[in-house]
Amino acid sequence: MVNIGCVITTPGSSKNNKTGSWRTFKPILDKEKCIDCDNCIVFCPDSSVNKQHDIDYDYCKGCGICAHECPSDAIEMVKE
Amino acid sequence: MIREVMTANKAVAEAARLAKPQVIPVYPITPQTTISEYLAQYVADEKIDAKYVKVESEHSAISAAVGASATGVRVFTATSSQGLMLMHEILFAAAGMRTPFVLADANRAISAPLNIWNDQQDSIAQRDAGWLQIYVENAQEALDTTLMAYKISENPKVLLPSMVCLDGFILTHTVEPVEIPDQEPVDEFLPPYKAEHAFLDPKNPMSIGNLADPDYYLEARHDMQVAMENSIEVIQQTCDEFAEIFGRKYGLVEPYKTEDAEIIFVAMGSLCSTIRVIVDQLREKGEKVGLLKIRAYRPFPVEAIDEAVKNCDKLAVIDKNVTFGIGGALYTDIKAKIHKDAYGFIAGLGGRDITPEAIFEVYEKTKNVPEKEVTWIGLKED
Repeated sequence: MVNIGCVITTPGSSKNNKTGSWRTFKPILDKEKCIDCDNCIVFCPDSSVNKQHDIDYDYCKGCGICAHECPSDAIEMVKE
Repeated sequence: MIREVMTANKAVAEAARLAKPQVIPVYPITPQTTISEYLAQYVADEKIDAKYVKVESEHSAISAAVGASATGVRVFTATSSQGLMLMHEILFAAAGMRTPFVLADANRAISAPLNIWNDQQDSIAQRDAGWLQIYVENAQEALDTTLMAYKISENPKVLLPSMVCLDGFILTHTVEPVEIPDQEPVDEFLPPYKAEHAFLDPKNPMSIGNLADPDYYLEARHDMQVAMENSIEVIQQTCDEFAEIFGRKYGLVEPYKTEDAEIIFVAMGSLCSTIRVIVDQLREKGEKVGLLKIRAYRPFPVEAIDEAVKNCDKLAVIDKNVTFGIGGALYTDIKAKIHKDAYGFIAGLGGRDITPEAIFEVYEKTKNVPEKEVTWIGLKED
């Protein structure tokens, strides 16, 4: 059942859409190698990396930008 | 009520004025231009309390119309031919977002070759967009149908936009007497639009025009099909209500001398006026012939057509459009849904006159069974 015209009347509901299910490759961070540059936080298009560099796998789509931008190769993309 | 001699374009503008739209985004194009000019004048003269949005293209006009309608206000726009082609993408959005506004289309041929004259290819090409389409025969019907279109579109069982299709030049640039209703009965017939499904209200934030993934899209499209089916009854009800207040009776279709007819012409728009004269002339010669004017093309009023043609032997369907590779759009729909011997005729493309002789030819061909299922009338052969 959808609202007429697919109107969404509950703001903020996009967080109910767990886009992590789209992922094929999963970023794994090796905190030993991490130099706290925060590139992964800045470049993540889905705001799925927090200040402690924990990755939110509910929303991470596995695009791999964090791994690409990481200067110390601390993030590895591993097949799900 | 006053009676005045005017074009169908003026009649449409008068209807738009009476409907009290709050936003009018419009871009001029022949032969719709005078509609946009009349409306600009009415807004400047404060005869309409609306925002007249001057846009840079028809794509913008229809986009502004969708956006405005989604805020919960009544919207009017108008276009023609290439303008409607440019609107194509957003026509689907308007229907899918269920924005119930009204667009008047001055029917004109489509390029190439470039041609500004009348046929109905432009609106026919938009038939799958999810819009209601009503074709009118004269200026009075253009005015009345524009008013009714709002009431039909805004009905909670429908909530789909409506296209009022009037033949370019034949109607838009010829004058005839038109009754302009007073504001009071129009207000009674058409109260202000109260949007309940989509509107702008900071206290009730909502998101409109969203992504729908495969879990939702099918249902959203099915809802539109149900709305289109509902609109059949709503159109009839609205026509009845209109007749009660204004005394002019309309329907989904308009049969003329069909009851005992053996052959029935089926057509849309101004062409029906010519056919009606020919029907009378053929009747004088003892021919049992009638006319079925299709007003509502979308939704396609199958039951009303069935009822009108139940006693006849053959249908002669005249299209001012062509769906290349199969035939006229009205003809193919009739063939698909109506179980009668039907023959298709393509005529009047790009403003070629459909003369009385052409109608006689259609009649003779239908009576003697045409060689082909679809015949082009009036083709010049070297």
